[in-house]
Amino acid sequence: MTRPLASIVGAAETTRLGVLPDMSELDLHADAALNALADCGLTPADIDGIATAGENPAMLAQYLGITPTWVDATNIGGCSFMTHVAHAAAAIQARLCRTVLITHGESGRSRVGNVPWTVPAHSLMGQFELGYTPTMAATLFTIPALRYMKTFGVTEEDLARVTVVQRQWAGFHPRAFRRDPVTIDQVLTSRMIAWPFRILMCCLVTDGGGALIVTSPERAADFPTRPVDVIGTGESVEHLMITEMKEYTASRAFKVAGDAAFASAGIARADVDHLMIYDAFAHVPLYGLEALGFVKPGEAAGFIADGHTAPGGRLPMNTNGGGINYMHSGMYGMYALQEAVRQMRGTAPAGAQVQDAKISVVQGVGGMFGTAGTVVLARR
Amino acid sequence: MLRGTLPEPTPSTAWFWEAAARGELHVQACDACDGRHFPPRPFCPSCGSRDVTALRCSGRATLHSYVINHMVPKDGDGPYAVAVVRLEEGPMMMTNIVDCPQTPEALMLDMALEVVFDRVSDTITLPKFRPAGAAASGEAA
Ligand SMILES: [Zn+2]
Repeated sequence: MTRPLASIVGAAETTRLGVLPDMSELDLHADAALNALADCGLTPADIDGIATAGENPAMLAQYLGITPTWVDATNIGGCSFMTHVAHAAAAIQARLCRTVLITHGESGRSRVGNVPWTVPAHSLMGQFELGYTPTMAATLFTIPALRYMKTFGVTEEDLARVTVVQRQWAGFHPRAFRRDPVTIDQVLTSRMIAWPFRILMCCLVTDGGGALIVTSPERAADFPTRPVDVIGTGESVEHLMITEMKEYTASRAFKVAGDAAFASAGIARADVDHLMIYDAFAHVPLYGLEALGFVKPGEAAGFIADGHTAPGGRLPMNTNGGGINYMHSGMYGMYALQEAVRQMRGTAPAGAQVQDAKISVVQGVGGMFGTAGTVVLARR
Repeated sequence: MLRGTLPEPTPSTAWFWEAAARGELHVQACDACDGRHFPPRPFCPSCGSRDVTALRCSGRATLHSYVINHMVPKDGDGPYAVAVVRLEEGPMMMTNIVDCPQTPEALMLDMALEVVFDRVSDTITLPKFRPAGAAASGEAA
């Protein structure tokens, strides 16, 4: 393992998650930020680097009263926060700043003060996709799945099982939106969204946020919280339009970002104790397990069916229940990072905490399989 | 069939839409590396050459992947497929499948398709696809 690139010393989600019609999107950012600052004993005056997506970082800086020497507004969808961690680590090493605040807040369900995602009619998506009446993510991100299923003999039951297994993890989390056990039959009889995807195979639409405080590994010991080291990062982009995804059976962006992260961390797949794969829809963890090299192409569904990612399995995955069960405000990446931090701190809820977990890999996706960010975290 | 947002052509795509209005489907061919690309752009994304020309397609394609969207208004038409087809010339494009039941049984991956043109405004004609050899019946069943 290589020397840490940076350390996460503060981490928190919004005070409440779920349905929050009383909070604007900006206030969700601020609530998460204040919680993360309190987590590590800082105030806004201590922050000299700021990164966010969805919200304009200048608005966030104004709102929180921060005048940073470094700013990052990278917005490549739900994995933006993985890239913020990578960029923050680089900025801290380059001495552009010392203490970075990364925030996410989204009123995805209540739509209070939110920044809507619009696709102009003169954009390439507007010209060559919208005329065919896709209903955004649920009918675009899902399109490659049938090709993957036919190629590898993956069934609707296999998709349903992703939800079923992750619901077992969600059951341990008091803050998870969907917690009750669910069966494959219940998933397969839930409301049809876009065949072959049922509503219980799709991510939630909820309100919430989260924030991280990142600093140098050397300074991390000065904070009251147990530091979580960032030991590897990777990122990539491939496309914005799903028709330009080169192979429908594998994600190039996942593979490029994942390979870079493993290489920079200097670890092997067998070193990984805990895994988060952004599950916008039930097929995404299958692509993720294969692109990251934990299984061979076509083997992910069998790997999950054999229990390896479930409680007690050898590669616990999406231990908060994932975007399908825990929460998903639209840009889920922050919540995957929060769960990985809890796991590396040893503060995940009883039952969900992976015993003796030392290395966690967090795989994010943005757009419709189009972008990816990977972060490797280590327990100190 | 539902109507999505109508495309607004730009200077680099207007030729595609003008051709579609004439009942012609085109992709872009690179004279430097023989790459074929869609959507159009004034250069080749494989080799960077600006030496690109329009290539008229045969209209033949296969059904590469799709979903059947059930998020439809209660008083509107029923579920419909949002599909991606692979053109005989190589590139993929999004489309709807018409003259065909919008069911998993009827929409078989790799089935042979042919282009039809759906005139939706004075300037915009959307290329859509139907099963090869299907009798035209206008809109999707
Ligand atoms: Zn070329």
